[in-house]
Amino acid sequence: MPTLTASGLACQRGGYPVFSGVDLEIATGQTLQVTGRNGSGKSSLLRLLCGLLEPAGGTIRFDAGDPEARVADHCHYLGHENGLKPQLTTVDNLDFWRKVYGPTGKAAREALSVVGLDRVADLPTAYLSAGQKRRAAIARLLVSNRSTWLLDEPTAALDRPSESLLGEIVDAHTRAGGLTIVATHLTLPFAVTATLDLTAHHASARVPAGLGADQ
Amino acid sequence: MQIIELANPTRFLSISARLMPVLVGATAVCFVVGLYMAFFVAPPDYQQGETVRIMFLHVPSAWLAMFCYTIMALSALGTLVWKHPLADVSAKAAAPIGAVFTFLALATGSLWGKPMWGTWWVWDARLTSVLVLFLMYLGLIALWRSFDDQIAAGRLCAKLTLVGFINIPIIKFSVDWWNTLHQPASVVRLDGPTIHSSILWPLLVMALAFSLLFLVLHLAAMRTEILRRRVDRLRRLAADDRLQQGA
Amino acid sequence: MIGAVFLRDLRLGGAGFIGLTFFLALVTIIPFGVGPDLNLLARIGPAVLWIGALLSILLGLDRLFRADYEDGSLDLLLASGHAIEGVVLAKVAAYWVTTTLPLIAAVPFFGFFLNLEPVAIGALVVTMAVGTPGLAFAGAIGAAVTVSLPRGGLLLAVIILPICIPILIFGVTATRAAFTDPDPFLPPFLILIALTLFGAVVGLFASAAALRTATR
Repeated sequence: MPTLTASGLACQRGGYPVFSGVDLEIATGQTLQVTGRNGSGKSSLLRLLCGLLEPAGGTIRFDAGDPEARVADHCHYLGHENGLKPQLTTVDNLDFWRKVYGPTGKAAREALSVVGLDRVADLPTAYLSAGQKRRAAIARLLVSNRSTWLLDEPTAALDRPSESLLGEIVDAHTRAGGLTIVATHLTLPFAVTATLDLTAHHASARVPAGLGADQ
Repeated sequence: MQIIELANPTRFLSISARLMPVLVGATAVCFVVGLYMAFFVAPPDYQQGETVRIMFLHVPSAWLAMFCYTIMALSALGTLVWKHPLADVSAKAAAPIGAVFTFLALATGSLWGKPMWGTWWVWDARLTSVLVLFLMYLGLIALWRSFDDQIAAGRLCAKLTLVGFINIPIIKFSVDWWNTLHQPASVVRLDGPTIHSSILWPLLVMALAFSLLFLVLHLAAMRTEILRRRVDRLRRLAADDRLQQGA
Repeated sequence: MIGAVFLRDLRLGGAGFIGLTFFLALVTIIPFGVGPDLNLLARIGPAVLWIGALLSILLGLDRLFRADYEDGSLDLLLASGHAIEGVVLAKVAAYWVTTTLPLIAAVPFFGFFLNLEPVAIGALVVTMAVGTPGLAFAGAIGAAVTVSLPRGGLLLAVIILPICIPILIFGVTATRAAFTDPDPFLPPFLILIALTLFGAVVGLFASAAALRTATR
């Protein structure tokens, strides 16, 4: 069963330190909430974990039985943008991601009905509201079975009923042994095992990096 | 002195500050000697007369135009392979200098072309290749200027610089092919083993003077860039402090 | 995954229609510039069509990766664990099919406007079919480098045009050699093939590397 461990993680953006010394460990069936002030690097931490960013220091380890395993092969990343093409129908959009991420989960139509979008499945995604698009993006997590979910502000644009829907989906994922890391400063509609406050790891600009090195 | 110690930005600033006056002096001496030799020692050409003296500016400029791109390609390797912060500073500082030398090579070539070919510009293979090189410099400078994030800009420009570097021989080859196809070579060429020493020596001294000038300009531009980034960091620090007080 | 990306990009279409219209507009304005002398047009025709194709390809490349960058698809493709080189290959191939293939198909039609002989038209179609993939891959480098810049289109053209010069030279040379008697067709044509292959390899890896940096 998978475990994701990171130790001494440091992040730099544009040559300036964002955070440093972040340790985290999350095992199967656990949920970690990452909080922190604006600019404390919540999104950057998720991007580091799934390999979209390169850490400025520290290590990320992912144990899933296979020694070659990388987080990227086992993760779903839900970023700020939904990754949906407005010209394509919602079901086609999901079908595309199902092919890219591996058709191991629910069929696209089935996943859409879980998030309550079955009636607009055949409409071009351009016609959907912001909240509906977000739900379609959440449905993407279901079309392919991946153990690690990295969710960045997943409740953005969601109304109360959709939030509790997200809660049910994440709870089901946790019960099935998945692990979830959520970056948000909002209260979440599902149970959280641990919390990581990035404000405490905020690297001051006084910590020199790169060209600023004064020693 | 290990090269690795030089690579520390602070060390680099203090060493280059001490080196600068010496280099400026050496450059001035070389230019005085080189220009004297070029104008008073070297004989006028029996065909081209006094205009041949343009060569003493043209050839070193063209040499530096290519040398500078090589420096940028090496810096690009430094950025991508060793991820060294001084490497992107070096590449960024070298680009405008290279562009200016390339422009000088083009302008002096054009001035030289007027009495020789009777026109300011010919699509001669060499001039055309240098013109393409000039375009590549301008493109890289434009790319540097369009990014706020200097680290990302450094990596992307390094990749483009390397792609350009492996393309330069191909472009040169293509332009030569294109040129021989369209106009048979009728240009008086100065190359070949028969350069007389009365021309060779001034040329070498001028090449040395130009190389030293490049070194001075490059070091000065690198220092400016490092200091500029430090000022940027101080601004951030100040903003950070204000934020802490506010909180 | 490569197949899925390729098919999706085919469906999204992209710049095919506008590229073709631009190509037609370019061919239309040339006689206004140089005069309606049919002999002159026949002589410069191959070059005009090659340059037109080059510019049309550059025109649409701007959106090649940026559309995916802006809607978050690029992040998802990169975070999916697949090799980014595959994504580049699929996207460039789809771009070539949707944008350049219509141009090549239209070349015989435009050739009549410019008073080209059938041999010249045939040679143009062949050299373009061989040379334009190289242009698309080289252009992908520019598209990848400028992906995060909202107005990178002009910059893309400036940084990519110098790199495209060799393919343009040998494409036009081979075409002209096909209908000008003493010049041999094969040497420039073979060099054109070599340049395209080289451009494809360099373009693939360089743009993949640039995309990795650009999303950081």
